[in-house]
Amino acid sequence: MNPVATPFFFYFLAFMAIVSAIAVITRRNPVHAALSLIVTLLSLAGFYLMLYAPFVAAVQIVLYAGGIMVLFLFVIMLVNLEQNIREYQFNKQWIVATIASLALGGLLLFVYRTGRGSFPSAFYQSYRGLEGDNTQQIGIWLYGNYMLPFEIASLLLLVAIVGAVVMAKKRI
Amino acid sequence: MTEITTMHYLVVAAALFIIGTIGVLTRRNVVIILMSIELILNAVNLNLVAFSRLWGLHGQVFAIFVITDAAAEAAVGLGIIIAFFRNKETVNVDEVDLLKW
Repeated sequence: MNPVATPFFFYFLAFMAIVSAIAVITRRNPVHAALSLIVTLLSLAGFYLMLYAPFVAAVQIVLYAGGIMVLFLFVIMLVNLEQNIREYQFNKQWIVATIASLALGGLLLFVYRTGRGSFPSAFYQSYRGLEGDNTQQIGIWLYGNYMLPFEIASLLLLVAIVGAVVMAKKRI
Repeated sequence: MTEITTMHYLVVAAALFIIGTIGVLTRRNVVIILMSIELILNAVNLNLVAFSRLWGLHGQVFAIFVITDAAAEAAVGLGIIIAFFRNKETVNVDEVDLLKW
């Protein structure tokens, strides 16, 4: 099986994802941040396609880039303040926070370096069920082994719908 | 160029995770903090799907659950933002000190 994961596409998508992720947290205007986040989400969908996960890629595009981001843009439209854009965008402890986060990143890279041998490095023995019937297999898993988590997730969504309506309503 | 291994995906996911963490900890605008949380969840998803390439479909199923939770979290979080904005006319988290002593 020839991998579709050519190095060029991988590095291109990684560049797009990381640059637009940095744009998300540095842009002053929240609409620009939301659009950069859409670019990141689409590059991640490209990663999922390269990893032979077409169903997750489709869910990513439809649900994240199509659903959640529209929700974000609506809320930005509702709460957008002209004066907020002119204010200082970072809080007082931003230096400490950045250093701590980068230290966490260094720790992650250290763990990856030392634990490299604990899993196969390349995709030699890839799982055969991933090739053609990915969506069918995921459906069988969701309604078979993962039946109870699936029902709990549906209940969680119901609670979230009710909660969002209650929260955003003027008077109950 | 060399072959792309699992480690490459893990490093990209770690970079996205760290960027998301920095966004959560440093920004004042609460909408952008929620977007950074989405970045963190996506980094986790990338890890799950990369490992599902090695060990079967469990990772992809779990990634779908994570996306579901992200949708629920975004809906509730944005509802809270709207309720908060209606009361205080601001979206900066450091001006939210109602529960601070």
